[in-house]
Amino acid sequence: MAILRFIVFRAALGVLTLFAVSLLLFLGTQLLPGDVASALLGQSATPEALAVLRAKLGLNDPAYLRYLHWLFGVLHGNLGTSLTTGTPIASVLLPRLANTLFLAGYAAIIAVPLAVGLGILSAIREGGILDRTASILSLATISFPEFFVSYILIVIFASGFGWLPSLATVYDGMGFWSRLDATTLPAITLTLVVVAHMLRMTRTSTLAVMSSPYIETAFLKGMSRTRVVLGHALPNALGPIINVVAINLAYLVVGVVVVEVVFVYPGVGQFMVDAVSKRDLPTVQACGLIFATVFIGLNTLADILAALANPRLRSGLRQ
Amino acid sequence: MSEDLLLQIRGLRIEASNGQVLTDGIDLDLHRGEVLGLIGESGAGKSTLGLAPLVYARPGCSITGGEILLAGRDIRKLDTNERRGLRGVRVAYVAQSAASAFNPSMTLMAQVCEGPVRHGLMGRREAEARAVELFAALDLPNPQTFGARYPHEASGGQLQRAMAAMAMSCQPDLLVLDEPTTALDVTTQIEVLAKLRELIREYRTAALYVTHDLSVVAQIADRIMVLRHGRMVETGATEQILMTPREPYTTALVSERRAAMQGHGVAEAARRETVLAVQDVTVTFGPVKAVSEVAFTVSRGETVAVVGESGSGKSTLAYAAVGQLLPAAGSFRFGRDLLPPSYKARSREQRQRIQLIYQLPDIALNPRQKIGMILGRPVAFFDRVSGAAVGTRVAELLTLVGLPADFVERFPGQLSGGQKQRICIARALAARPALVICDEVTSALDPLVAEEILKLLKELQDDLGVSYLFITHDLGTVKRIAHRVVVMLKGQMVAEGPTAEIFENPPDDYTRKLLLSVPEMRTDWLDEALARREIWRAGPTPALA
Amino acid sequence: MTIAGRRVPFTACIGGVIVLLTVVMILFAPWIAPYQQTKIVGGVWDPPNAHTWLGTDSIGRDMLSRLIYGGRTSVSIALIATFFTMVIGVGLGFLAASTNKVVDNILSRIVDILLAMPILIFGLMVFAVLGTSIPIMIATISILESTRVFRLARAVAMSITVMDYVQVARLRGEGVGWIILREVLPNAVPPLVAEFGLRFCFTFLFIASLSFLGLGIQPPAADWGSMVHDNAQAISFGGYAPLYPAAAIAIVTIGVNLIVDWLLSIHAMPAGASAGAEV
Repeated sequence: MAILRFIVFRAALGVLTLFAVSLLLFLGTQLLPGDVASALLGQSATPEALAVLRAKLGLNDPAYLRYLHWLFGVLHGNLGTSLTTGTPIASVLLPRLANTLFLAGYAAIIAVPLAVGLGILSAIREGGILDRTASILSLATISFPEFFVSYILIVIFASGFGWLPSLATVYDGMGFWSRLDATTLPAITLTLVVVAHMLRMTRTSTLAVMSSPYIETAFLKGMSRTRVVLGHALPNALGPIINVVAINLAYLVVGVVVVEVVFVYPGVGQFMVDAVSKRDLPTVQACGLIFATVFIGLNTLADILAALANPRLRSGLRQ
Repeated sequence: MSEDLLLQIRGLRIEASNGQVLTDGIDLDLHRGEVLGLIGESGAGKSTLGLAPLVYARPGCSITGGEILLAGRDIRKLDTNERRGLRGVRVAYVAQSAASAFNPSMTLMAQVCEGPVRHGLMGRREAEARAVELFAALDLPNPQTFGARYPHEASGGQLQRAMAAMAMSCQPDLLVLDEPTTALDVTTQIEVLAKLRELIREYRTAALYVTHDLSVVAQIADRIMVLRHGRMVETGATEQILMTPREPYTTALVSERRAAMQGHGVAEAARRETVLAVQDVTVTFGPVKAVSEVAFTVSRGETVAVVGESGSGKSTLAYAAVGQLLPAAGSFRFGRDLLPPSYKARSREQRQRIQLIYQLPDIALNPRQKIGMILGRPVAFFDRVSGAAVGTRVAELLTLVGLPADFVERFPGQLSGGQKQRICIARALAARPALVICDEVTSALDPLVAEEILKLLKELQDDLGVSYLFITHDLGTVKRIAHRVVVMLKGQMVAEGPTAEIFENPPDDYTRKLLLSVPEMRTDWLDEALARREIWRAGPTPALA
Repeated sequence: MTIAGRRVPFTACIGGVIVLLTVVMILFAPWIAPYQQTKIVGGVWDPPNAHTWLGTDSIGRDMLSRLIYGGRTSVSIALIATFFTMVIGVGLGFLAASTNKVVDNILSRIVDILLAMPILIFGLMVFAVLGTSIPIMIATISILESTRVFRLARAVAMSITVMDYVQVARLRGEGVGWIILREVLPNAVPPLVAEFGLRFCFTFLFIASLSFLGLGIQPPAADWGSMVHDNAQAISFGGYAPLYPAAAIAIVTIGVNLIVDWLLSIHAMPAGASAGAEV
């Protein structure tokens, strides 16, 4: 079962990368120049206070020990303790993670079919009205910073029409529909940004496939445009498109941060930004790890799916 | 007008979007079952013309004038649906490169059956049965299961035949074949050609056979049309065109082919001192032996041709000789000097003495450098001069290869294929080499241009006394310029000696097979060659029928 | 209009005009801006009027002047960061493509790991520890983004080094330096220029987002991102103050994107360069 072997191998590579990145994260927060303890204490850095803080932060242990200690903790669900609140990070982080994933998922469900569909259609009728309109709109959208898009939407739909709330407050036990109502504006913001990127990349990939010689052969056999696109072009464009979607889903995970701040949405992104401004390093580390996991996971999935969609690789694995 | 007349084209005009005229008022008649060969060099418009009966022009081009009558109906006036109904069903196309013409994600059977099924001519079962019939008729291995393969699981020759099957699947009235055998080895070509001819004759299909090779077209065409710069030069029965061409252009094409056919190599009085000695060289790529214990020598002022089909290892040998690839065993000697295996270990003089010219002048010349720099740098480097001396020597080199001095200001993109190859030759000569290795230097050029380059190389050899190691797959070239020939098969040297001797009395089976497979410009050659192959294959005592 | 015999589409011309205006703004800010960037000239969030064409900001400073000075800050920093990004990315990418396999593998593995991290997250982490002074920001962004450029530059260089003319130079005995500078680089210019534009857009938006999050350039220096942050409250009062700097960011980015699109339509990027590694 060579296919299985390939998947396992690629997944293992992903896990390995994750470990490497976690190491980087750890090094980043714990070993960068400038003593963490004095940076945290700032003005009130008396030698005694520094010593106490260093002991508390476990800064006196050798580096590899601290890393392993932290990693061990993570694998057991212990993401450390927040420096600002003193509470375990995991208890605050995990519900926020659920919120972030909900928002990202909401955006993705709308964005992916829309972008891929429009991208393919634009490529098929290259130069047509749809293509040119989509090009202009997507160009505008990728040029706008997320906060700009957010503000425009707020101005139009919240302040202007009053259809949707300008703050996305969600809480436990909220009804599904009210949750949707609160998260719609941020979801639309995310959708707009991601759709633009995905659309352009899908279009490029599909165009590349449409200019292949075998497409001409199909036309010369008298096949209709629909048949050529669906039967000949798409199966070959599938690999690149899956890749595009996965890359953009990963991008979505990152774009969530700014949107969460604008709409004051209780997700991991806003949590992390908060922690950064308060220099709450354990929290920053934990959030970074969560993001990295999602990111690497999506990229690995993309690689595997794209490889499976490639007939050459598939039949090569068959033998 | 006989009802036998299938295709009638009048005044066909096809233009590119930048205004360039690709075909300029061409008239053409084709009867049922007739094969018309379209002959021309690159840019003649023959491929463009070939696509016209499908009412198709490549992106960026359009049919702007003329009539195309298929069985009396002007197909230019058809609407989109009718055009689709025409393509693949009444007129089918066989592309030049089968490897890229097939969809890599679909099995061959699916693609062959697509036409008849989608056009509603037959059901899937029937279409598959028919496909298997065609596979068998085309001599493909395991016809029952061949269709299950994906394109990358079949060889070049098999794919070409599969494409012919795909074209014939709807039993079209007209088949357009665009250089179908050009990308194939000579020994494969003869089989594919024979099968194509059989198929065409059996189904009484008319055909347009586009090619630049007169010998190939002689085997299959009833009539020939010669094209140049989008215009018809001459047309007539095959025999007439080949034996008694009327126009000067046609005459030039015919005599070039004749010279290629009739060459007996170049005679040599006596061999002078050895310039390059190849001593039991073996080159491996992992477990594969690309070159296997090859040994021969090249003398001063001599041309040794290394001949073989794809995969024979001839190019690998050339790269090993210049030190780009490291041999696993054996060595090269220049005169008495043992050459270090890697070019990085060789001295400047050693590198200077052996120069390499590549096949594709487009990628052998840096598009962002002027000719003056392309030639000037090697001159400055090897001659260790600068300033005005460089300019003088560059001008000298340009004259040597027959190009005007003002070319120093031009970029490669402004030159034609033949001119670019001349620059490559000049660049090789800048090092004042004793040996020039030519790696298929004429294979990418049109026949007449190639002839000029070969003449130039011969002249340079006479004037400068330089030796050539000439890598090629084309026996015609060997016959025209080589003193000696080395024949390679799958990395091994199977024959070596003076050209005339080897070609008159081939010492081994493969060489004989190779010689038999090169088409000659006679219409009866193919039948003869097939017959000879049967006898030769059957052995000295023919099997009892 | 035509450049070097090729017709330039209308969209690219618009892009060109925008870029030109931006350059003018950067170079001549003190002469163009009506007021000093810290001078208080009006009330809080005044609407546009004859004194202040775009109104005032959250503490009464002229919006237009702050936009102009802020633009100078934002764009210059982004330009410098992009410059370093390209130098590191192209330098290493070309090196990886032109030298031996070992160097290539080592560099590629390191880059692969760095690529597995989204820039924003990694950046946030670094800023949490080291603070957000401008040199730190530029250094962090440059190093992280150069990984994306590395991939492209390597792919571009590899598509060139397989050409026979590079082999001719090698066989002649030319050194790696000559080959990279005289053989590879002149042929790599079009995709690299396009990449510069793309990287600039990303960096520019990234820095603006960071400033918006309160993590970038600190006051009182004006910079478009933090201007949006500072004036955000105006929205609730129906004011448009934060929209001006945000729109300015968008316009500059659109301008550069238009030019990049035009360049890409002429010279496609080679296969192997990940399409739009924007993360």
